[in-house]
Formats: sequence, C-alpha cells, structure tokens
Amino acid sequence: MVQVSRHDIVIVGGGGAGLRAAIAAAEANPKASIALVSKVYPMRSHTVSAEGGAAAVARDDDNFELHGFDTVKGSDFLGDQNVIEYFVEQAPKELALLENWGCPWSRNEDGTVSTRAFGGMTIKRTWFATDKVGFHMLHSLFQQSMRYENIVRYDEFFVTKLLTEDGACKGVAALEIRTGDYHAILGRAVILATGGAGKVFPFTTNGAIKTGDGMALAYREGVGLKDMEFVQYHPTGLPGTGILITEASRGEGGYLRNKDGDRFLVDYDYGVGKKAELGPRDMISRAIIQEFEAGRGIDDEHGLHAALDLTHLGEAHIMAKLPFVRELARTYVGVDPVHEHIPIRPVVHYMMGGVDTNIRAETDMPGLYAAGEVACGSINGANRLGSNSLTECLVFGNSAGVHSLDYASGADEGNEASLRGQAEEEAARVDSLRGSKRGDEKIADLRVEMNRVMEEGCGVYREQETMKIAEKEMHEIRKRASCLHLQDSSKVFNTELVAALELMNMVEVAETLAVSAAHRKESRGAHTCRDFPHRDDQTYLYHTLAYRTDDGPRLDRKEVALGHWEPQERKY
Amino acid sequence: MSDEKKTIKLEITRFDPDIDEVPKTEEYEVPTEPGWKVLDAVNYVKDNLDPSLSHRWSCRMAVCGSCGMMVNGEPKLTCKTSLDEYGDAIKVEPLANFPVVRDLVVEIDGFMDKFKSVKPWIIRAKERAEDMENLNERGTYSQSPDELSAFKQFSMCINCLLCYSACPVVANEPEFIGPAAIALGHRYNTDSRDEGAAERNEVFRGEGTVFSCSFANECSEVCPKNVDPASAVNQAKLGAVVDWAKGLILPRGGA
Repeated sequence: MVQVSRHDIVIVGGGGAGLRAAIAAAEANPKASIALVSKVYPMRSHTVSAEGGAAAVARDDDNFELHGFDTVKGSDFLGDQNVIEYFVEQAPKELALLENWGCPWSRNEDGTVSTRAFGGMTIKRTWFATDKVGFHMLHSLFQQSMRYENIVRYDEFFVTKLLTEDGACKGVAALEIRTGDYHAILGRAVILATGGAGKVFPFTTNGAIKTGDGMALAYREGVGLKDMEFVQYHPTGLPGTGILITEASRGEGGYLRNKDGDRFLVDYDYGVGKKAELGPRDMISRAIIQEFEAGRGIDDEHGLHAALDLTHLGEAHIMAKLPFVRELARTYVGVDPVHEHIPIRPVVHYMMGGVDTNIRAETDMPGLYAAGEVACGSINGANRLGSNSLTECLVFGNSAGVHSLDYASGADEGNEASLRGQAEEEAARVDSLRGSKRGDEKIADLRVEMNRVMEEGCGVYREQETMKIAEKEMHEIRKRASCLHLQDSSKVFNTELVAALELMNMVEVAETLAVSAAHRKESRGAHTCRDFPHRDDQTYLYHTLAYRTDDGPRLDRKEVALGHWEPQERKY
Repeated sequence: MSDEKKTIKLEITRFDPDIDEVPKTEEYEVPTEPGWKVLDAVNYVKDNLDPSLSHRWSCRMAVCGSCGMMVNGEPKLTCKTSLDEYGDAIKVEPLANFPVVRDLVVEIDGFMDKFKSVKPWIIRAKERAEDMENLNERGTYSQSPDELSAFKQFSMCINCLLCYSACPVVANEPEFIGPAAIALGHRYNTDSRDEGAAERNEVFRGEGTVFSCSFANECSEVCPKNVDPASAVNQAKLGAVVDWAKGLILPRGGA
C-alpha cells in the first residue's frame, strides 16, 4: 500500500543545491509546503566533501566581466554565456547570504571575507573556510533550513521514479529505506538536486552515494542528458582511495613535482613562473599523464603518481589554510605534508554534463527543475573551473526554488488516483526486485566491470576505438543489470536493494557518457581524443543531448548560447 | 602504515527485526590489503561474503559522519580507523546508546530533534532587511580572525554521534540532549554575529541539558574531529548561569 502525501514542491536531494532550493522556496512563500527528500540525512550529502572554496567577485580589482570570461574560457567556449553572466552576477550575494547564515568564512584582519587563488581564475575570488568549505556550507545550510517549519524532510527516502501526468512532473515515488514502504510524494513541481555520478568510475573523489540517481530519473522520463562526455579529472587525488586533496594546496603556493623533483608544470603551456600550478584542471591532469608516459612518474608502494610539495609553505601556513589536507595525508597515505611530499594522481571528480536545464533551472519537462551537479545549465561547458561548483549549487538552487514555486502556483495538482497508481506500479516493480533471483549477475561484480569499462574507454585521454568498445560494453552491461541475483529479502533497511537500484541508475548514465564521448571527434576541455587532438568549432561547437531508447541513447544537439566572448584559442 | 596483507577475523553484530528476536554475531574471514581501514573490511564483507549486511557509509574521508560503529567496544569513525590498530580479530557493533534499526544501522531521529532544539542558526534581533546598517558593502557582517577562532572549533562537528555512544549520561538518561547538540548551541552562542544566546541559554537551563553532564569527558576523548564537546558543555554551563544571574539582578531579562 502506497502512502500519499502532498506538498507544493518536492525537492530530491539534500545537499548544497537541494537545501538552497528549499530555503529559497520556504522564504518566498512561508505558506508553501516544501518536501525535501534525500536518500541520506542531509548532512551526509556529498557537498560535505568539497574542500577548496566557492567563487564570487569580492575584491575591488575584480568584476563580473573577469569572472565571466575566466569561466567561459575554462569551459573551452562550450558554456552558455547568458547563463554564465547570470551566474557570476548572482554569485556574490549568494555567498554573502551564506555568511549571514553563519558560514565560518576565513577572514582578513579587517573583518572582511578572505579570498584565495584557484586554477583558471585570474583574480583571487575563491571564498574559503580553511579547506573544509563544502562541509561548512552544507552544515550552515542544513542548520539554517531547520528554522523553516514549512520544509518537511523525508530523510533516507530513495526516489525511484518521477510521477507524471500529460507530460508534466507531479511528484515522486520513493522507497522509505528504513521500513521498505513506498510513498507517493506529490507536488506541482519537482526539483532534482541529487549530485553527480562519479561512482561510474573506479577511481573517484566521490562518495559512495554519487550514483547519478537524478540523471537516471529524468532520462527515463524522456528528458535529455546534456554534454555527458565531459568528465572532470581532478589532478590531485590520493592514490588508492581517490580522496581529494584540494586545488587550494596549489592556490596557497604548493608545487607539483615529478620523479626528478622538477616542477614540471613550468614546462607546459598554461601559466608561467609562480602561476604554473594554477592552470585549469583538465590541462594539469593531462600534464601529469604525459609525465607518467615520459617515464617521469614516481612508482613506489603508492603506485604510479606525481608529488604535491607543500613543504616550503611551512607548518604555520599549512595549519592556518590547509589543516584538512594535512589530516587527510596523514590518515590515508601516512605522509605529513609539513615535511614530505603528498603522492597524488588524477582522479574522476565532477560531471560537467547532466540533466539539460536552462537559465531558470527548468528542464524540458514542465514542472521538472534541476540544480547543482545533476544539472547542465551550462556554466561549465567542457571543463569546470575549481570553486565554481559550490557557488553553482547556491545560485541555481535558489533559482530552482523560486522558479518552481512560481510555476507550482499556477499548475494543477494532477489526478491523485492516477499518480497513486503510478507509484503503486513502481512499488510493485521494486518489491519484485527485493531478494529476487532474475539471473546470476552480482551487484559488486557488475559494478567493477562498469568501472573498468569506463576507465579504459573514457579516461583523461581517449581514442575512438576504445570509446567505441566502451559504448558496446556499456550497452551489454546495462542489459545485464536487469538480471541481478539478490539475496536480501528483508524490508528493513535493505541496502542491497538500494545498491541494485543505484547500479541500474549508474549503467544508464555510464552508457550515455560512453556514447556521447564516442561521437565527439575533437578535443575540447576535459574530452581529449588522441586521434582528434584539436578543438573543431566548425563541426562541434554544440551541446550533445542524449535521449533514452531501449536500444541505447539517441543523440541530438543543442546550440551553445554564445555572447560577447568570441571563441578563441584557449591559452594560459 | 603496515605493508602487511593479512587475513583477519571480523565479528559483526547482525540483527534484522523481521527475523531476529535478539541480535546475533556472525564471523567473517576477511583478506585485507595494506592501508585498509575498518570500513574497508566491512565493505569487503558486504561486497563479497554477505550482501545482506546493512551499514551506512559514503565519503570514506572522515567528513560525512555516516560510518560510526563500535569497534572492539569503542565508538569509532570506521573510515578513519586503521586495521593496524587492532590484532587479527575485530568486533564491530552498532553505535551504543541508540536503538538499532538493523545490523550496524542505528536510529538517529532522537538526535535530530535534540540537534534542532538548540536553535542551530544565527539569531539576530532584526530581520536581515532591517539589519543592513550592520552589513558591509559586500553584504557580510564584519568578523575578525579572533572572533572567528572563538567558535571555529565548535563548528567542526560532523554529527558522527560517537560522543553519544561514549557518554555515560546518555546511557542512563536517553533524553539528555548530549554533547554534539550542546556544542552546536554553544557554537552559535560564541559566534560574534549571533544575538540569540539568551534564547539558547533558556534551552540550556531546561531539564536534561548542560547541568545533566557529569564531567566524564568521554565525548572529547572519542571525538574524531577534536571538537572538544566537553569544553563546550562547561562553557555553556557558565553562560547559562551568568545569563540566569543577570536575570535575577535585572528582571525581565536585562536592560
């Protein structure tokens, strides 16, 4: 039996974007009822792991034009310029609001908020709270959200389907993880804020929960996934675990070194002298791989890696600005960065692609919105600049909250019997999966296989042939994911069932990624093809859209919103 | 860290309320890799030996706070706790002092209510729109580095709840709002931007709050983030008393 509840809007995901959306809607209309549905308690959301900072103009020597151009250039001219203009203009007030809500931003002596340097940003505009910025932002937002009695939380509810009527979104069907009960959580608008899908790769900074759920939810209902081929590799993850070591380590003056001890980035083409380490992430990740290929990587008990050198910064500076980096290095690789180099290698970090949205965070489906990493607006284009994504969660979380509430006030609530019927069908589908033995595929094994295929086919450097193989293999793996062998038939906190549903989401997302990548025969931002080493604006200056069919994604294209920043060669 | 690959015996408490009357213990042989944390061993069981095992985890970098468990009788953040700290046999149980939902998953609804009861948000006398004279041209309040460091430590709590498992008062008096909630209230009381201390001190003077604390200091000893909730509780007590004394001298809550 499905339990039905009704709200004005339903937000899926309780991280930075979801919480910001909830607060925006709660403030815009204190009488509106806002459901915040998350598969984890909000403070567990992956926003918590972001370290380095959030970008917004904050100094007299900075302005929107500069932040805008840095972002457009960082995107390798695939970002939508109208959306980027809106983003940079909204950014400062969003970060100031976080300050007003208690976020412990690091301060200058005069009491103003400090900013730090970041890759691809020509001015110090990255606001920070030492090196736990995502943690502090998330907790500030979550604690602030508790003020609003009209935000109704559904903690540890896993949304498995969007409920629709006449092509418009009217709510969600969700599994209550603790009891196994099913719920139809109805609302006249729905916001997806579920984050990215880093777990389709084996080696990632992302937490276990980053399984592309919102992307899969939208994709199954016919909404396009945009620019999925663009996957950001962060240059500095810890070997083995993939744990993030923030770019702020370089922003604060750290060096990358190869096995000869050389600051090798000085020899590459993007940033000279003191700024060599402040290139954008796609380029630095490629430089590290090139060092490995030239035999200048370091190979020891940590595997093949490069070295992040902070020793010249001194203990006082490290403790003032990068204390979490020190804690992580000591705990997870047994290295104290005050005295030793941290082993690092490029690691999957962020999906530039996601659910196709516009400047108002709307998708093509009436009543469905998306914000944060799940969405592709697109401000990030082919490569996101570090510290733009936390701000993106706030700017577009706010936008989604306000616009969805606006839409909801004029939308009808739909036929409850019909929506309940959809949720009942979904409950029956998921019930039949619980403990079912449809085949002999094991969740853990299939996940490992997907991870291998994606790493081999869609890594830092890609080739037509390997991407085609990934496309074909992901197609097979997606089919096999419907033949899982499950062993847990309990209704109570059945994490095997949740893992099965997450895997089914990941294989959909991974397939769009491989197919979108194979079709783009150029190198742009994070999508680097050895056989097509140059950017090709004549042919490929467009967004890729992937639409679901049973035979695999059908690709389409969408124009890039150009503006006053003309595409030019991307040099640093 | 040790380079040794060894096989350990992992004892895990299992409990499914649909089937079991009482919790039971299952034993697993886990081949480990150098550098593994306790969580890696638990995940090995889930992926390879028994997919019905239920536990929470996500970031595996000691910041999301999901994976607290009892390890050989002590509350630990399992993604931060090295297997090297233990011998060849390790016992993993759900966090003490919480109702168990299943296996290693505990119910934290009570904590979420306690957490909210301390009003963990900035309280200002005036609404933001009327408070503009206190904001600078960038829209932020002024706060010096010293003012920031006055509360920063207490803002580092990841809500992992190890302190509730360690606290002897929580064990006897489940209504006690507990170390993390008090530390959080105190975090806002000591934030130079906040004007809500009087409201929170009223909460702190209520039953089952700061004056229930017995100075055991266990909370600070198990805290994986050095928040030192025990010191927050002591300072909060003082704040609550001073506020109360002010109320006696100046009825109606002061000037």
